[in-house]
Amino acid sequence: MGAEAENMGGLLAALPQAGLPAVRVQPLPWSAAHEKLLTAFAGGSLPDLGQVGNSWLAELSAIDAIEPVPLQLENLVDGQFPGVVETNRIDGRLMALPWYVDTRLQFYRRDLFERAGFQAPPDRWDDWKAALHAVQAKGGGHGFAILLPINEYEHLTQMALSAGASLLDANGTRGAFSAPEFRRALTFYKSLFDEKLAPIAGAAQISNVWNEFARGYFAVYPSGPWTIGDMRSRLPPQLQHSWATAPFPGPDGPGRSTPGGSSLVVYKSTRNAASCWKLVTQLVAPTSQQRLQQLTGDLPPTRAVWASTGLLSDPITQAFALQLERTSPLPKVPEWERIATEMQTVAELCVRGRMNMDDAVAEMDKRADRLLEKRRWMLSRSRAS
Amino acid sequence: MKRLSRTRQEARAGWLMTGPALAAIGLFFVIPELASLLLSFTDFDIYSLADLRNLRLIGLENYGRLIGNPLFWQAMGNTMWFVIIGVPLLVATSLLAALLVNAKTLRWRPLWRVALFAPFVTTLVATAVVWNYLLHTRYGLINYALGKLGVGPIDWLGNPRTALPAILLFVTWKTFGYNMVIFLAALQTVPQDLEDAARVDGAGAWMRFRHVTLPAIAPTILLVAILTVAGMFQLFAEPYVMTQGGPAGSTVTVLYFMFDEGFKWWNLGSGSAVAFILFLCILAVTLVQLKVARKAGAI
Repeated sequence: MGAEAENMGGLLAALPQAGLPAVRVQPLPWSAAHEKLLTAFAGGSLPDLGQVGNSWLAELSAIDAIEPVPLQLENLVDGQFPGVVETNRIDGRLMALPWYVDTRLQFYRRDLFERAGFQAPPDRWDDWKAALHAVQAKGGGHGFAILLPINEYEHLTQMALSAGASLLDANGTRGAFSAPEFRRALTFYKSLFDEKLAPIAGAAQISNVWNEFARGYFAVYPSGPWTIGDMRSRLPPQLQHSWATAPFPGPDGPGRSTPGGSSLVVYKSTRNAASCWKLVTQLVAPTSQQRLQQLTGDLPPTRAVWASTGLLSDPITQAFALQLERTSPLPKVPEWERIATEMQTVAELCVRGRMNMDDAVAEMDKRADRLLEKRRWMLSRSRAS
Repeated sequence: MKRLSRTRQEARAGWLMTGPALAAIGLFFVIPELASLLLSFTDFDIYSLADLRNLRLIGLENYGRLIGNPLFWQAMGNTMWFVIIGVPLLVATSLLAALLVNAKTLRWRPLWRVALFAPFVTTLVATAVVWNYLLHTRYGLINYALGKLGVGPIDWLGNPRTALPAILLFVTWKTFGYNMVIFLAALQTVPQDLEDAARVDGAGAWMRFRHVTLPAIAPTILLVAILTVAGMFQLFAEPYVMTQGGPAGSTVTVLYFMFDEGFKWWNLGSGSAVAFILFLCILAVTLVQLKVARKAGAI
């Protein structure tokens, strides 16, 4: 998918060919990949193996579409970031092998922070917010300190994980949005808008993020590694030394982020599982990771490759390594993305003052419980049988 | 006796000739329609796809949930907006265009006809991308022209209040050519002698249009209106390509909502319920149109 599919030819050509099956690659755009994979599953036309986003693994496992990783290959994830490996484990079983990783952190304008007297954004929420106020005050009253598009659920989710919220209960059958940890995160999230540090605007209303970031309309922009290339190509040259990356802050110290990235899976429908795993093994090997990094800029899952590719000596990517050590998995239920979408819809109402905190978390729980009704029924049935 | 057998013979011939078409309609329309009606009483989803034992009959629960879902009502409202504003706009535009290319005083008529029909036969996605550029806030031709008139830049597709009109503008441009051709065919059947008689009686252009042309093409207007209503209810590709339903759900249509339910979240049961509600809506509006037309004597 995306840049990986474009560079697959170069990646495959570099592998030792002995014993490998011939490979035909079908590129998919990220925006349609999830729908297409599920449609392919319904139509019985899934490929032998493929790249999938980590967050889809719970769903693909639930419908029994993918093969678990053979036990003798589990040592391939040794030396990788544990948070990412954990997302590839469903019900204790490793279902896919990480291919590249990503996570979100904060991109910030170093010059604006320095002008306000900060070397970098502080790592505790209270100090961090005070720094945002200082940055905004130095900006002369126009503009904001941070951009948190109101239609994106990732930002509130990240704050909730930092506060230690579980989001759903242990078994993933009911919403846990009324828990004190989540309320703490939602309160902090809302305060950023209430104190005018973040504009109440959707991503589509900020017509050009790079322009506005360059103009200092906001000084902090939470995003992932895909933004590094955009920063380099779209910010004017005189600003190239004025931006930097830092891990997220948390309530009482460094915050947590979500482990992302893509993994390689072998689909159950394949007739040639053994040679598929042989190919996957080569594709996730450190040499392939290194080559993928050079071809696409993707961040490798194995820590040792970070050193050999020079990612650790670049301060921009070094912050990603720090953040990748501090990630918490999202609930591993197929319904999660839809629950998160509903959570954000309610959070937006709360931020806009159309719903108070108590009603908002109760409404989130209600919506999550409704979406998880089927899952509860299935679990209770499988317990009975 | 003889007469009866003759009607029977005629009936047989009738069945024989309509048979293939009826079979196709039954196979590709009636059966899927019934199947989706049945599906709408179940909670068919991704789990059921993997294992049919995960399917439950839930009666009218899908419909109940839809009625309680604000996004469904927003989609319904957007679609009604397209129908109420869009249908008259499209019918009027295409009738005007047809009158233009039918006018005898117009030079290079074939060229005009081709030019006005061209948008309809171009690829939707390609034209949508071009329109995205035309509507661009800072680099778009439309805002450039408005700027010359002293109007400030409008964030056409980014503002919840202008996104729907912007898409309607595109839809009108894209589809009026088809209706224009239907109107053109009808206009050419308007008897010239009636037109001449009215002229002799001293009727002006508007009077001739109102009392000669309009009654003659009334059934065609009805046909075009029904086709356009059905088309407007089924808008999907335009918002899908241009705005992905945003901003803030302001361009989500009923069909878009159905697509999301069915193929994004894989709740095929709930998606089928939306499809059935949509079917009933189109049926109801069409029946009302027929009734009005019958009263007005159009058919």
